[in-house]
Amino acid sequence: MTDIGFVRSDLVDARPAPRRTTGALAWAQKNLFSTPLDAALTLLGILFLFWIVPPLYGFFFGNAVGPNGTVEQCRMENAGACWAYISSEMEFFIYGFYDIPEQWRPNIVFALGALLLVPLLVPKAPFKRTNAVLFLVVYPILSYFLLAGGVFGLREIPTEKWGGLLVTLIISVIGITLSLPLGIILALGRQSKMPIIKTVCVSFIELVRAVPLITILFMASIMLPLFMPQGTTIDKFLRAIVGVTLFTSAYMAEVIRGGLQAIPRGQYEAAEALGLSYWQRMSFIILPQAIKHVIPGIVNSFIALFKDTSLVYIVGMKDLLEAVKTKNDTALEWQSANTATTGYIFAAMVFWVFCFGMSRYSIYMENRLNTGYKR
Amino acid sequence: MTTQELGHQSAPRVRFFNDPVIRGIIYQVVVAVVLVGFIFWIVGNTAANLAAQNKTTGFDFLWKTAGFDISFSLLPWSRGSYYWEAFLVGLINTLLVAFIGIICATILGFTLGIARLSSNFIISSLATIYIELIRNIPLLLQLFFWYFAVLKAMPAVRDSIALPFDSFINQRGIFVPKPLPDAQFGFVWIGLAVAVIAVVVLRQWAKKRLEATGQRFPVFLTSLAILIGVTGLVWLVSGANVGFEPPVLERFNFRGGLALPPEFVALAFGLTIYTASFIAETVRAGIQSVNRGQTEAAQSLGLKDNDRLRLVIVPQAMRVIIPPLTSQYLNLTKNSSLGAAIGYPELVNVFAGTSLNQTGRAIECIAITMVVYLSFSLITSAIMNWYNGRVRLVER
Repeated sequence: MTDIGFVRSDLVDARPAPRRTTGALAWAQKNLFSTPLDAALTLLGILFLFWIVPPLYGFFFGNAVGPNGTVEQCRMENAGACWAYISSEMEFFIYGFYDIPEQWRPNIVFALGALLLVPLLVPKAPFKRTNAVLFLVVYPILSYFLLAGGVFGLREIPTEKWGGLLVTLIISVIGITLSLPLGIILALGRQSKMPIIKTVCVSFIELVRAVPLITILFMASIMLPLFMPQGTTIDKFLRAIVGVTLFTSAYMAEVIRGGLQAIPRGQYEAAEALGLSYWQRMSFIILPQAIKHVIPGIVNSFIALFKDTSLVYIVGMKDLLEAVKTKNDTALEWQSANTATTGYIFAAMVFWVFCFGMSRYSIYMENRLNTGYKR
Repeated sequence: MTTQELGHQSAPRVRFFNDPVIRGIIYQVVVAVVLVGFIFWIVGNTAANLAAQNKTTGFDFLWKTAGFDISFSLLPWSRGSYYWEAFLVGLINTLLVAFIGIICATILGFTLGIARLSSNFIISSLATIYIELIRNIPLLLQLFFWYFAVLKAMPAVRDSIALPFDSFINQRGIFVPKPLPDAQFGFVWIGLAVAVIAVVVLRQWAKKRLEATGQRFPVFLTSLAILIGVTGLVWLVSGANVGFEPPVLERFNFRGGLALPPEFVALAFGLTIYTASFIAETVRAGIQSVNRGQTEAAQSLGLKDNDRLRLVIVPQAMRVIIPPLTSQYLNLTKNSSLGAAIGYPELVNVFAGTSLNQTGRAIECIAITMVVYLSFSLITSAIMNWYNGRVRLVER
């Protein structure tokens, strides 16, 4: 046997066991201290938390005056948030100047809305079509008569008295339900081959998207009365809704156009080859796919609309934010160092809950409708 | 002959209202007629309404004396100024707050967007909390918060809070020292301009050399050295000096220094905070849109970390980031109109608000305001189209 020099005769030493990849320590090693820079950032972050969390906790809970507190407690040195102010003015924040004995009417509207909306949002709930008709057609009419009164022996309550969260919700629900179909029509018009229709849609979309909502609301409040025949008065509510809806529908149109452009030509051609009419092609083949692509964009527009309702003070409506601001400025009996801050924080929390809820729901829907395009 | 028969077969008879071409024409005519009729109706109503209110129309009011005060103006402004000057003051105030907001929001937004993608748990959670919190609260509410709950709740002038560098903050805003460059300081600006030109020339030369010979030149460090060196040298040689005039507390208010009114501070701050959260999401989406394979391919080409980012990742991410980023800039500019709600004298407040109320020329004022925003938007989209054309993926 020849001597083969490069064949080892002894065993290689066993390698050390691999590092632990599970458990708290390994997690901290990987996510908090993987490099010196990482460790420094972690320390900075922890310092920041130590700096900011205790005062915030003190303001919101530790030193805060609870819902049953008094204004004297709120005026004390070092007092935190004045939740007593919120709980005592809650009625105004929700209903505005709506007559107190009649507040059961908005309550019914709220309850009915929740009752109809929840099954509409839960994908497994049955009777979707009936439910949608009830929510989109019957419910608005019923709510209008219930809130405005003047029929069935209900006392009439003019829209000037409506306010607070009630107004915010009404404007956003109507705005959302109207701006989506309007946006779809505008988007289809923009894709149309007919030059006049295309021009009209493009100029509307571009004009509206170019200017701030505040100028459109200015227009609605100052110029709409000029445009109408003499003697017509337009309800402030209607002005606000028209302004917000038109504004959002232009953005909605652009979102949906993105979806339409993402549909391959073959789908259009296949639908034509089946002999479907234009509206059949759009409503059965193209739009279901297009809208599915752009659900996040659509919900973002809804969220933007919901936030934009805070601008309706320009046409003189008292929405949630205006109600809070009015109370902050005028409720002298609640004046203290933190009253205004607490009021704005309360309004922010309400807006945040609605907007964050919508965005989470859109993520949920996106995952549910994801039919395998995403890898 | 069958073929001939087929060729002679006339097109199937279609009723004219089922012909798509004719239908299209009919639809369009109907739309056009309705639209024109609607416009005529509106114009007629408006004319009747204006006549009934004895109002005149036209742009002659622009050359009349405005006679109101504007609290914050970069241009000289007095009660005797004309309405067109009020328009200019508003426009410049809008541009000023938009400019400052865009710069700050970009810095903050990019930082947050990168932080949200960080592998560090604490950093990414903090960024996520910030973004989700700020994005879901209306901007107007945030502006009210900063203005009424924070800045207006600051102590009165006598108890001003002292900040570093001789600055003070109180109910009436922030007071900072005013830089007073002396006569020689002009040379420093000239030096800076020369340095910038030198850097541009250097970059082009380095690029040419790289393409011709493949040799690299440390462009960044050299540029930095030129910028600092040349400017600093000129500064030293010319003996230029910048004095600072600190704000001094007198009996009722601060004198001297640079006063930033609370409206401006609240609006710039609010716009920055709000828009940064949107920019952060844009940046995150852009970075995530670059396929992992690109990083791996760059590594296998042997590029260093730095070059990989600079030559492969960032250019591709920027192509995705820039279009939504510009629309965020545009949004910020449009959102600056909310300054009207906290009394910052920007375009909507000064022109579509005060001027409109005083002159009663609703149509003219709103139209001019809208045209201004429309032209911002058109200019931006023109630049964007040019940019998109430049960076578009060239496919087969």
